[in-house]
Amino acid sequence: MIFGLSIVFVLTSILTVAGALAAALLKNLVHCALSLTVTFAGLALLYLQLDAQFAGFSQILVYIGAVAILVVFAILLTRGAGVPEYRNFSSSWLAGLAIAAGVFALLAWAVIKSLPASAASSAAPQVSVQQIGLALMSNYVLPLEIVAVLLTVALIGAVIVAMPESQKSKTESAQGGGK
Amino acid sequence: MTPLAAFLIVAALVFAIGLAISLTRRNAILVLIGIELMLNAANLNLIAFWRFGPHPEALTGMMFAIFSIAVAAAEAAVGLGLVIAYHRHKKTTDLDAMTRMKG
Repeated sequence: MIFGLSIVFVLTSILTVAGALAAALLKNLVHCALSLTVTFAGLALLYLQLDAQFAGFSQILVYIGAVAILVVFAILLTRGAGVPEYRNFSSSWLAGLAIAAGVFALLAWAVIKSLPASAASSAAPQVSVQQIGLALMSNYVLPLEIVAVLLTVALIGAVIVAMPESQKSKTESAQGGGK
Repeated sequence: MTPLAAFLIVAALVFAIGLAISLTRRNAILVLIGIELMLNAANLNLIAFWRFGPHPEALTGMMFAIFSIAVAAAEAAVGLGLVIAYHRHKKTTDLDAMTRMKG
């Protein structure tokens, strides 16, 4: 126990923050993406410590399995691998750093100031996947449908945006010819 | 320090690092990475409040986090598609060079 926190929590939070810092500071973009994966894994471990097993495993599936791979593919497709030809940080990096530090100071001050010194630790909630499925199909069925539509629209939109111009005009003329 | 405060501090730290990444880096993909980190920090807050809240059996915070993960995945797909489309036209992902997107 360190400051009343479990050692597992301290180790995973150090891993998470170190991954995020590495993503902020490393020069090679592929290394940034890989340290981002470390951060996502650390967050999944934190979810597991919070007894949110479903959210933890969906974090691993969605973020490490899909988003990190997507980021790596985007870096390789835009030839961002290796040391870039321009400087890594923008000219106004000092202002950005100051804003981020200010936001962190404000959030930390609010957290320390507002929470009671000794919160009653409740018993671990027993949440089965069946309960989550039932809740998704009863209480949360409208948000579920909206998310389904959003994902469909976003994937179609991403494909259309990233499609090469010549192919896009070809399909448009093909549609026009069909009419 | 209570466990809830510790989780909130970690989330605030990840949020601040994500904000710093998206404000200071020049590569558009890294700015998207920073936005993903900020969304993840918000998810950690939601799940921590759900776990230490008075009614964890209501599943509200957990559902919020799951929907937010789905929306973040859609956002990542569209954002990276935009970056790839811009790179095809201008052969750059440098935000300072994207002068055509100033409107």
